[in-house]
Amino acid sequence: MSVFEGFKFRKVSSVVHDLDPRVKFFFVCILFVMAIMFTNLIALTVLFFIPLPFVFLARVNRQWLRSLRGAAFLAVFIFATNFIFGYFYPTSFPQVSGSVDTFVEYFVILERAAAMTLRFVVLIASFSVFFLTTSPDHLGLALQQSHIPYEFCFAFTTAVRFVPVLADEAQTIMDAQKARGLELERGNIIKRVRNYIPILIPLIVNAIRRSLELAEAMESRAWGASEKRTNLYKLKLKRADIILVMISVLMLVLAVYVWRYVPIPSVTELLFQTKAA
Amino acid sequence: MIEVKDLHFTYSTGLEALKGINLTVEDGEFLAVMGQNGAGKTTLVKHFNGLLKPTTGEVLVDGVNTRDVSVAKLARNVGFVFQNPDHQLFSETVEEEVAFALKNFGFEKDVIEKQTDWALTLLDISQYRNTSPFMLSGGERKRVALASILAWDPKVIIMDEPTIGQDHLQKENLQQFIMQLNSQKKTVVVVTHDVEFVAECNPRVVLMSQGKILAEGIAEEVLTDPKLVAQASIVPPQIAQIFLGLADLGLPTNVIDVHEAAKILLNRLRERQ
Repeated sequence: MSVFEGFKFRKVSSVVHDLDPRVKFFFVCILFVMAIMFTNLIALTVLFFIPLPFVFLARVNRQWLRSLRGAAFLAVFIFATNFIFGYFYPTSFPQVSGSVDTFVEYFVILERAAAMTLRFVVLIASFSVFFLTTSPDHLGLALQQSHIPYEFCFAFTTAVRFVPVLADEAQTIMDAQKARGLELERGNIIKRVRNYIPILIPLIVNAIRRSLELAEAMESRAWGASEKRTNLYKLKLKRADIILVMISVLMLVLAVYVWRYVPIPSVTELLFQTKAA
Repeated sequence: MIEVKDLHFTYSTGLEALKGINLTVEDGEFLAVMGQNGAGKTTLVKHFNGLLKPTTGEVLVDGVNTRDVSVAKLARNVGFVFQNPDHQLFSETVEEEVAFALKNFGFEKDVIEKQTDWALTLLDISQYRNTSPFMLSGGERKRVALASILAWDPKVIIMDEPTIGQDHLQKENLQQFIMQLNSQKKTVVVVTHDVEFVAECNPRVVLMSQGKILAEGIAEEVLTDPKLVAQASIVPPQIAQIFLGLADLGLPTNVIDVHEAAKILLNRLRERQ
């Protein structure tokens, strides 16, 4: 469950925490778009380093690393599937003709699989910084000020707030089933997936039960009684926010330029001096 | 026998939950682990079936270090009933729920059927055999959870807060049931902060506070020591409070059992007449 740990907000005072959530989200979205634009390993490696200053400034290095570690299993899975598909359908690679024979051709596929995995890691890394440094309340406020109806904002922030609760609950359920002799890692792949049924059913049933209880508790405290809801706090853009917006836009412009006009060599080309066909 | 030697445990969040626990649970013993919320009670007993492994120190179950074996292996001898039954119920019928662990442990089909029948009868839930566990009341769900552990007849039974959400009658049944298990030479470990429940069962008590053991001893001694209970942020049982209040009259102060209290008071009143 450590992947969820990386999305758990902790109240700390830092430059990054104090940034406007809308601006931070904009920045993360730009990173997202950039990660989708490139399939080149070198470009994606550069993208991976962009959120790092924010991680250090916000002093969330430990939690951030934990979220990356939590995503490791999925990353390995993405790498393996990309490699397997690349091996059996090599025609999508211009460098590989027909079937995979030479060492260089293997390397091309490996590089592509690594790039796809890194793309996933970049996404986890940047969104993790966002969630680690943005309180659910600020997030809700940001949505509201973006003219999204309050009901949707509330549903969204509640969902975000309940992620760590669900993660804790999943751990307890896992313990309870392990105490009844369930071994999650036993058996072939189908059996392993089936092993998770005793975890998922109680988790879903409890989540539904909790949401009904929450709805009742909210209604009994007059939720939705007033037509127009006002807020005590209002988000205002500060100088640091404007600088980040400018950096984000510049990054995007640069990325589009590089993507359109600058051919970035692949690692294979650099290592083996081969040219893409 | 469970031996805990200088056990320290720190959660990944950095919270040091156990700070040097030394404890021995003998075979066939009835033990209550008590203390306020966050004292480390559940963390301690989760070491008994290997759900948590010591940060330093060790826990031996029948001489086997819990570090060296899987939870599934340890669970064969150590059953753990979780506080909230909803954290484990998932099957379509009560019968399947009770048979779940038996299947995991690889019992033969006829043994599974026999043990399931036995557990369902024991907990008086055989009438719900084909009912979905989600359709049952809170107390009944708790009984299903308990039956699903007892089904494989473990030597040690750990119960985490068994009295929470139970009405008085259910509590009384539970108490009788635990006594019955204990009389069958089962080791029973109960984690609770229900002093009245402990007062009525009178087990050996381990009192915990802030990750350490404050005191061990029979319930009569531990729960009637005002200093100790205050340190552990619990209140003495009501009977003990009455007798502590009447100490000036020369009444004993270590009384927690209702029947014993009635006997003492009756004798005193008769002496006066």
